Amino acid sequence: MDVNDEKPRIILEEYKVTQNLPSETTVLDETFDIRKFKKKFRIVIVRYEKYEMEFDFIGVHPFLANTFRRLMLSEVPSMAVEKVFIYNNTSIIQDEILSHRLGLVPLKANPRLFEYRSEEAKEGSEQDTLEFELKVKCTWNKEGNKESARADDIYKNNNVYSKHFTWLPIKNQAEMFKAEEVGPIHDDILLAKMRPGHELDLKLLAVKGIGKDHAKFSPVATAFYRLLPDIKIIREVEGEAAERLQKCFSPGVISLRHSKDGRKVAVVNNSRYDTSSRNVYRYEDLKDAVIMSKIQDHIIFTIESVGAMTADVIFTEAVKILKNKCLSLLDELSQS
Amino acid sequence: MPISQLASSESAGERSKTFVFEDEGHTLGNTLRSIISSYKDVQFCGYTISHPAEKKMNLRIQMYEGRAVDALRRGLEDLVNVCDHTLDLFENELTTFKKENNIES
Repeated sequence: MDVNDEKPRIILEEYKVTQNLPSETTVLDETFDIRKFKKKFRIVIVRYEKYEMEFDFIGVHPFLANTFRRLMLSEVPSMAVEKVFIYNNTSIIQDEILSHRLGLVPLKANPRLFEYRSEEAKEGSEQDTLEFELKVKCTWNKEGNKESARADDIYKNNNVYSKHFTWLPIKNQAEMFKAEEVGPIHDDILLAKMRPGHELDLKLLAVKGIGKDHAKFSPVATAFYRLLPDIKIIREVEGEAAERLQKCFSPGVISLRHSKDGRKVAVVNNSRYDTSSRNVYRYEDLKDAVIMSKIQDHIIFTIESVGAMTADVIFTEAVKILKNKCLSLLDELSQS
Repeated sequence: MPISQLASSESAGERSKTFVFEDEGHTLGNTLRSIISSYKDVQFCGYTISHPAEKKMNLRIQMYEGRAVDALRRGLEDLVNVCDHTLDLFENELTTFKKENNIES
């Protein structure tokens, strides 16, 4: 099986994966040269929805995509609850479990406006700490429908949600931020369930951190990349077989076209969103009709932000982190 | 911040060196390895995290000719340029994309 072109491809066959062999070197095997890199490298933005985006990296080695992916997941900072002071907890959820849950609540605060808190510091300052209070008491609901058996009608504050966080500004923080800019991103995260007599009285300290230390500091829900799938139909497939071929791929990948003499013929519409399942190879008569491949220097990046920073900012931060790392290492090399 | 230091060398002298990066892992290790091992005058480049409990990354460079430090420096400089170019390109593309699709920034 052969695809005659100059793109570096991996070809997905029934039981094995092969590669096509372009006559010249590709980004996968040539010497790295910054001028060549600048000439070949292209970025195409496909989708941008503030907290979610998709873009293509074209003409680069996948190692670069992987570096940026790793940086976004574990080295781009965000704010999260790190310390919980428990003054009172008479609910049934244990202190340590509750604290862990509180740590995982995503916060809106922009990490770029904060500093890292040093390990020796006993007291947090307005530059590195956000303080919250969670003071909730569950009681019987005296008013309302007496007949109702719903917990929400019988009790008050029986569910503790992230909206119960109250922000306590440190020093001049109240002038710098608004409460809705630093608090939880979602106000309906269930933290604990209580019954009358149960009470929570906590103080929470949120600091800036990175995903390498704890996943709660990761600014992305997911950041991943994949290679661009490419599907070629190499002989005509018509009629019932064409419909079967269409069903072998993700919706929208194969479309059916009516030819002049009234036959239904399968054509490739858009192979970008194919899952690359090898369902075609289940049919003896379709096996030889398609070549499934992936283009190795065309990378599709997807970033989904948790909500504190927009997706594009997370990406640019990742690139800046790598740059600063390299610069400080160069600095150290020239000193020694 | 990470410190790069030289581990003991052998008869090859300046040509072959192992660099120890503190507080670094696969992110920088694989990136540097990929760039440096593509250079024509580099005979071998590889990295290892010798023990998962130690926050250290060892990067080994063996040259046909020239100094290993120079290859490392070249790798880092190339990477800085890659970052600069990526940032420029990404920001340009994003502003044009936002303009074309009427997205407020």
